[in-house]
Amino acid sequence: MRTALPVLGLLAIIGLWWLATIVFGIEPLLVPSPADVVASFLELPGYLLEQALITLWEAVSGFGLSIVIGVPLALLIVGSRVLERMFYPLLVALNAVPKVAIAPIVVVWFGFGISSKVLMVVLVCIFPIVISTASGMKSTPSELVELFRSLDATRTHEFFKLRLWHALPQIFVGLKVSITLAVIGAVIGEFVGADAGLGYVITVSGGSADTSLAFAAMALLAIISVALFYGLTWVERKLVPWAEV
Amino acid sequence: MITLSGVSHSFGGVHALDGIDLEVGEHEFVAVIGRSGCGKSTLLRLVAGLLTPSRGRILVAGSPVTRPRRDVSVMFQRPALLPWRTVLANVLLPTEILGLGDHRDRAHELLELAGLGGFEKRLPHELSGGMQQRVSLCRSLIQSPQVMLMDEPFSALDAITRTELSEELQRVQLARPRAVVFVTHSIDEAVLLADRIVVLSPRPGRIHRVVEVDLPRPRALGQVELDEVSRELRGLLVTA
Repeated sequence: MRTALPVLGLLAIIGLWWLATIVFGIEPLLVPSPADVVASFLELPGYLLEQALITLWEAVSGFGLSIVIGVPLALLIVGSRVLERMFYPLLVALNAVPKVAIAPIVVVWFGFGISSKVLMVVLVCIFPIVISTASGMKSTPSELVELFRSLDATRTHEFFKLRLWHALPQIFVGLKVSITLAVIGAVIGEFVGADAGLGYVITVSGGSADTSLAFAAMALLAIISVALFYGLTWVERKLVPWAEV
Repeated sequence: MITLSGVSHSFGGVHALDGIDLEVGEHEFVAVIGRSGCGKSTLLRLVAGLLTPSRGRILVAGSPVTRPRRDVSVMFQRPALLPWRTVLANVLLPTEILGLGDHRDRAHELLELAGLGGFEKRLPHELSGGMQQRVSLCRSLIQSPQVMLMDEPFSALDAITRTELSEELQRVQLARPRAVVFVTHSIDEAVLLADRIVVLSPRPGRIHRVVEVDLPRPRALGQVELDEVSRELRGLLVTA
């Protein structure tokens, strides 16, 4: 039942889509039918999967990097009122800048290769991670903080034995937001300047009016996002079993 | 073991405690009782070194309290267990923070005594409130404290569990007497457990009366001899 319902929902939408293309006689150039999309994928399966792997790798490495940078950043922000005052507004401002606006500059700086895409991913991912980690650490129940104080615990102990652990469920909320953004970030980077990846495939197919190829690439993007999201949910369930109650 | 002389405390314009003089012996169980808001929890936090008194001196084992001490353990109203740690890991927490070395055998022993043998690997949310508070009691014993400070530790529990835990605490204290300050608003608990009961009057908290409970141990709740002391205390709390 748990897997049957989502599959049923998906099939229903695909059925409606198919029906619409037939009933309204829509040009495949505008909206291809599901069959056109599958056919287009089967024409170049190896190529498309290769491009999908590139985008996946960009998204995952950017996401990983965001954790590596974002969590310590949150620790610093929670740890020092001064640092929080200094850099928190800056972080908010950075997040407020539309990433699409930064993308061309990032490509100018880092070139057409993977590094500019990874940086784009970091730019979109890092904010939710920092915010969720920082607010999770700050919301540690006072009775637990008092327990640590009564044991004369050091700041290091308080952070790593208490606050960070307590923040974990909330960190995962941020991570789940970020992981879906990660794929978007990678595609934005590829749109602006790339020679590989699903975003690149979409740009090229748009140029040659190959709509069904663009749809196939989008379907692969969707599959990647869903897989990453549920993969992360699985990790969460293994790592923070106490948070489920 | 604990000496308070002329201790007053105010915060945010509220005069919480005023001129408290109190002496707690090395093996003495002192209950502090009073209406809510009489500053009993503040008193405990001062002795724990979590707060600094506005006036007066507090000594534990002959030296002034400036910060929390490792030979003093504090038990709170709520179990305050870390939800991601197993029962065993929760009990061991103080030894990790205080750097006391391997106490696993001692932890097993304490849990066994508390009737929690076999629950070592469980997470706190799998335990009832009473069991959680037992774990908390084990945790406050693991560092072999000379002084135990308890802030209404059983007040959040149901009546039956409460009785069980009070009697258990009595056993613990009989087996290895320590200096205990036990804050409560339950007359029954105070009479069951304490050698001396300090009655506080509210706003500002002052010592209203000190009642000696000179009854043989172990005592049991509902014992007729306890009634007389209970009645006296009830009277004192009304006038406090």
